Amino acid sequence: MEASTVLKLNGLAKRFGSILANDDVTIHLQKGEVLALLGENGAGKTTLMNMLFGHYLPDSGNIEIKSVNDDFVPLELGNPSAALTAGIGMVHQHFTLAENITAFENITLGAEPLFSLRRNQRKAEKKINNIMSNSGLEAPLDIPVGRLSVGERQRVEILKALYRDAHILVLDEPTAVLTPQEADALFSNLRRMTKQGLSVIFITHKMREVLSFSDRLVVLRHGKNVGSMETSNASEKKIARLMVGSETQKVFPKRITPGGPILSLNDISVAGRSKRDSLQNISLTLKSHEILGIAGISGNGQNVLADLISGLVLPDKGSILLKGVAIQNINPLNMIKLGFGRIPEDRHRQGIVGGLSVSENMVIERLDDPLIQNFGFLRSSVINDNAQTLSEKYDVRGPGIDQASRLLSGGNIQKLILARVFEQQPKIILANQPTRGLDMGAASDVQRHLIEARDRGGGVILISEDLDEILGLADRIVVMRDANLHDVNSSSREAIGLMMAGESV
Amino acid sequence: MIRIEPRAKVSNSSTIFIPIIAAIVSLLFAAIPIISAGANPLIAYVEMAKGVFGSVFAVSEMLTRATPLIFTGLAAAIAFRAKLWNIGAEGQLYLGAIAAVSVGSGFFDLPAIFLLPLIIVLGACAGAVGMVAPTYLKVRFGADEVVTTLLLNFIIIIFLQMLLEGPLQDPMGLGWPQSAPILDQGMFPPLIDRMRVHSGLILAVILAVIAHFMIKHSVWGFKLRAVGENSSAAKHAGININRSLFGVALLSGGLAGLAGVSEVAGLKGYLTADLSPGFGYAGIVVAMLAGLSPIGVLIASVFIASVFVGADSMSRAMGISSFLADLVVSVSLLCVLVGGFIAKFKIVRAGTGKKIL
Repeated sequence: MEASTVLKLNGLAKRFGSILANDDVTIHLQKGEVLALLGENGAGKTTLMNMLFGHYLPDSGNIEIKSVNDDFVPLELGNPSAALTAGIGMVHQHFTLAENITAFENITLGAEPLFSLRRNQRKAEKKINNIMSNSGLEAPLDIPVGRLSVGERQRVEILKALYRDAHILVLDEPTAVLTPQEADALFSNLRRMTKQGLSVIFITHKMREVLSFSDRLVVLRHGKNVGSMETSNASEKKIARLMVGSETQKVFPKRITPGGPILSLNDISVAGRSKRDSLQNISLTLKSHEILGIAGISGNGQNVLADLISGLVLPDKGSILLKGVAIQNINPLNMIKLGFGRIPEDRHRQGIVGGLSVSENMVIERLDDPLIQNFGFLRSSVINDNAQTLSEKYDVRGPGIDQASRLLSGGNIQKLILARVFEQQPKIILANQPTRGLDMGAASDVQRHLIEARDRGGGVILISEDLDEILGLADRIVVMRDANLHDVNSSSREAIGLMMAGESV
Repeated sequence: MIRIEPRAKVSNSSTIFIPIIAAIVSLLFAAIPIISAGANPLIAYVEMAKGVFGSVFAVSEMLTRATPLIFTGLAAAIAFRAKLWNIGAEGQLYLGAIAAVSVGSGFFDLPAIFLLPLIIVLGACAGAVGMVAPTYLKVRFGADEVVTTLLLNFIIIIFLQMLLEGPLQDPMGLGWPQSAPILDQGMFPPLIDRMRVHSGLILAVILAVIAHFMIKHSVWGFKLRAVGENSSAAKHAGININRSLFGVALLSGGLAGLAGVSEVAGLKGYLTADLSPGFGYAGIVVAMLAGLSPIGVLIASVFIASVFVGADSMSRAMGISSFLADLVVSVSLLCVLVGGFIAKFKIVRAGTGKKIL
């Protein structure tokens, strides 16, 4: 066993102020294995990987990597380029691509000289094409990354690591943006590459993937390695118990018969530069007491649909009817006043103003409310009391309600948004990728609120790439593809997955 | 190699000590050219201090210099808070001054209680007008306001020169390109007898305090901060970005216009094309030094005015070139800006992550 170990993390510890982010974590990675690293948000997974990549300096412990002549050499700590030259590649959850240059340029950036001969460029292109055909990871190379879908960008990230001859690949939440088929393909490709000697660490929350694709798993809780086992010995229950300390209850929504239609989109078109930012003759009806799941790979028009319902985009053609009456003024403020609650996809960009305090972000959608303001002046005591109450009710944890909201973790930012949205008792809820990147606890909070809103008589539009989530929550499912909505008759994940990928069923 | 990381928290002691250390370092650096000019730096610095705080007159001169800087500093600070890069305070200052002499030099013969407020209001409006076109172009066509506001400065100054040789020229002015003087009742009353410091300073301080309060506690200020920090989220949350931008733009232009009003109706009495030695641009430096805080603008204005006035009087007292004064000013500004940078960021060695500073 020892002979095939390629990477050793020995007793790594890291403390941030009063928080012990990693506590004596030891992990050995074997050659050619897929190791799943599991844990709730804040369990210390990212910190651990950041130490591996030299972004953080461990307080104690060391890292050893197998060299070419089969002995272990310590990895220089605190130096990102040491990890790269040692052949460790990282694919971050938040992509690190330059959006204004092409995928090809992104992949070669830093690995090749800035100004290279055309001959060398062709060589690089050949190498990338080689990797693409070997791994099955296809992405258009010659258009700016900013115009690629999230899924495509992720593939570019992986290609970037592989281009640098990584033999250890760390993937942070790799399947969050992929269809089940794509995820399956990714893992079978990874499997193919592990047979050729690649070792993979992947960080995830998704049990299904861990159980079906990993060889071995390590669970972190409160910065500690609380358990590692062969996947063949693991079960969903066992892992969950390790992750949260006790078994969690999965949300099982009670199906309710939907009421009358509350929101209709009538033959709406929005012109965009490409299919990913346009809508083509979309019609949709949302009933009260209903969660409508919109499945689909990102970049098929979901964001335009979300922007439309949020009031950010005006339809070029067609109308939006609220209980049968066309909405005249489509703008965000009016939509909020009409009872729309919006949970945006990009929490950091659209959900919160990071520089404003937690309490300010909790009232940012109701600045006209006389409860919040008096003749144009903020009633700070009301705003603070509101934040105090909501923080407790929605379990928003952070350094304090008067602190900048950017200091919150992703899950707590989402809870802040939930508090803001659901306290207004919205009639229509638009939730765009509401659980992406959240741990199980925060994700099930989000799902519970969506169900409660539905049970209260609201209508929920749930846009998600996580098919398990759609299947678990939605009363009705449509698939979004190529700027269009497609009705789904079957509820089998295979059939829906195929529709997402564009095959006719 | 070194790497720069933001500090997790800016400590209270560093916000006090770093500017002090920066000031001392700037004095050390400035000593080099002073010595090479053949003067004793210690005596030079004593002269400099005397020039700022040595007498009522010195303080009055310093505050007189600080007054327009507070207005233009506020103009920049408020606009920059909303990420509206108004570089046109210089032009807006002149627009305010043009309005002030247009109504103040005999067009309306009103008593002081009406004439001065009228001059102030119209001067602010004129400054605000200077922001209408750049903001409209930005909102409607996405034109970069840095370019439009900057270029408007030159247009306005040339327009002013035309006015001063034409309709605004003082008929009693012996052909000089200067406007007729503002009536006595249209002038800001002086704060101290026979000194130059005038009540425009009071107006500036009051506006800074109001701006501070409005940014922190008003819905308007909330929206301004939200738009500046993250305009996509602000838009998503139902804040009308364009309306906020227009409001901020008009206010910023208005404040810059008041700088012109206060110089013309507080100090000079009449308008020439060299009214401002770059107060509009210096306001940007003031705002950055102040960390875009209106109260900080008061402190930064006093600091910059002290360095200007002190260095000036030092060069006169020591008989060294007045260009040396400019050098002292630039060195101390650079030191304070570097100090502010060190307060916010730490420098670590890239290899080990060991903290250097």
